[in-house]
Amino acid sequence: MNMAVSVDAMRPAARSVRGHRTRIAYLFLLPWIAGVLLVTMLPLLASLYLSFTSYRLGGTATWSGLDNYARMLNDPTFLASAAVTAKYVFISVPLQLAFALLIAVVLNKGVRGLPIYRSVYYLPSLLGGSVAVAVLWRRLFASDGLLPEFLGRFGIEMGSWVSDPDHALTTLMILNVWTFGSPMVIFLAGLRQIPEELLEAAKIDGAGRIRSFVSVTIPLLSPVIFFNLILQLIGAFQAFTPAYIISSGTGGPANSTLFYTLYLFRSGFQNFEMGYASALAWVLFVVIGIFTAINFVASRYWVHYEN
Amino acid sequence: MSRESKERDLARSLIVTAGGGPSTSERWSHRHRSVPRQVVDWIRTSGWKHAVLVLFGLIMIYPLFWMLTRSFITNTDIFNPDAEGGLTFENYLTGWSALGIPFGRFLMNSMIVALACIVGNLISCTLAAYAFARLKFRLRGPMFAMMLATIMLPFHVTIVPQYIIFNQLGWVNTYIPLILPKFLAVEAFFVFLLVQFIRGLPTTLDDAAALDGCGPFRTFWSVILPLCKPAIGVTAIFTFIWTWNDFFTPLLYINSPEKYTVPMGLNMFQDSTGLSNYGALFAMSILSLVPVFFVFLFAQRTLVQGIATTGIK
Repeated sequence: MNMAVSVDAMRPAARSVRGHRTRIAYLFLLPWIAGVLLVTMLPLLASLYLSFTSYRLGGTATWSGLDNYARMLNDPTFLASAAVTAKYVFISVPLQLAFALLIAVVLNKGVRGLPIYRSVYYLPSLLGGSVAVAVLWRRLFASDGLLPEFLGRFGIEMGSWVSDPDHALTTLMILNVWTFGSPMVIFLAGLRQIPEELLEAAKIDGAGRIRSFVSVTIPLLSPVIFFNLILQLIGAFQAFTPAYIISSGTGGPANSTLFYTLYLFRSGFQNFEMGYASALAWVLFVVIGIFTAINFVASRYWVHYEN
Repeated sequence: MSRESKERDLARSLIVTAGGGPSTSERWSHRHRSVPRQVVDWIRTSGWKHAVLVLFGLIMIYPLFWMLTRSFITNTDIFNPDAEGGLTFENYLTGWSALGIPFGRFLMNSMIVALACIVGNLISCTLAAYAFARLKFRLRGPMFAMMLATIMLPFHVTIVPQYIIFNQLGWVNTYIPLILPKFLAVEAFFVFLLVQFIRGLPTTLDDAAALDGCGPFRTFWSVILPLCKPAIGVTAIFTFIWTWNDFFTPLLYINSPEKYTVPMGLNMFQDSTGLSNYGALFAMSILSLVPVFFVFLFAQRTLVQGIATTGIK
């Protein structure tokens, strides 16, 4: 009885202390809460709603059910853009990560001047998304650009890759691989965590360089590989600027560089079909979500977490 | 040295000698090798590695170097590798005023937007991060999960309604859509980065501050913020580089050329005169990279640490 009374007596005080603390915390969080509600959640739900309507800017949204989604299946430009992005993501991201890992492993073995190499290799990651580098890239692969000029000296005819539908996307993939520096830096940090004893133990057990890389380094590094993979996949799905600049916003030649995001931009902000653009955005969202989820599920089988 | 490690070292040396390690005489000769011999050995052991790394680095950087050097060659000769003639600033002069609006205007606009975004991110993200890392409040778990989820959210999925809202408010063709989200901590990367950093600071500091009578605001301002300098530096640098390079957002919201940021200016350049005057386009492209390059030069250590700990680009 006594106990119950004392607990009851404490409760309002404890509650008000907790309430006071919560109020203070919410003051700190006020900008973030406003941002999440007004700039993220409200538009997120609004775009879901718009994706089921036919809406042009300034007009009224009329419910059209699944029309926008059905339209995609019969829209050759949509299918082309999805194929371009898929090709870009699934070829350039593994290549980029392989490069990053390879260079990180070479740099990790106590190379003198590591900070210099690391900085030089990292620089393209900072510049890779800029319009200036896209301008440069367009010129590198143009018919009188750096690469054809260089290969021409060896008698190799290259032609202009930028205006060739078979090669234009390749130049964008090379640009993405060129920015391998940021995953490389993350790999380097991960490699540094691998205990030297384990590699030495493998050596003593008779493992060669390749064997100890495959059996010791890769498993211990797998959480970092996984992390980089998720990050780069999400980034590559959303690439926009280089394709826009190289094709002057057209996604050409022959839609060969029409990234999904470029088509989305064109639908929503050049044709002002904002209902359709919202549906495109949600498909992208769901696809990225599915790939991230697949990665998380698959990671149980190949990612090795200590303890 | 502890006993265990001594024993381990002993065991290791035993294994090495058993496996046919260098004999005493070999080791002796090693110490007295001549200088050329040392160079030869160095080349044999790690020289090839450096050769490959340097060559690879040069190939990577060469395109940028090519654009830099070509920007100083007259437009008529720019893509003629055998052209005679010296370097000239002509491209910079014509490029600066080729669009009717001086290119400096775009640089200025970009600088204003980038600085405002830095201020916004620093205020909103540090406030939110302090609450998540140190304060106890209702719904903390779900809110933190939501913050993490927004990092993964592709921004395309919100742009159409965002555009409609900003359009309704009459904010299209102003910098508000570019800047306002930063004051509302929409870039959750930075909140997460700062949370991780603050969590690494000892809580005894907060306790001491509380004993001295500091409330949460005072503790945040006088204790936590000064210790967060490295993480604040990373936030400021990446905010600068990202907003400086951002092309998509101004492409959506900014219509009048006198309000263009640098990426928009370059795009306009390419659309109007660029393909006939590559010299000027290259010159202005180089100018647009200079601020990012200097940030990189002076802050590379902070940058590298920032990426290594958080994985941002």
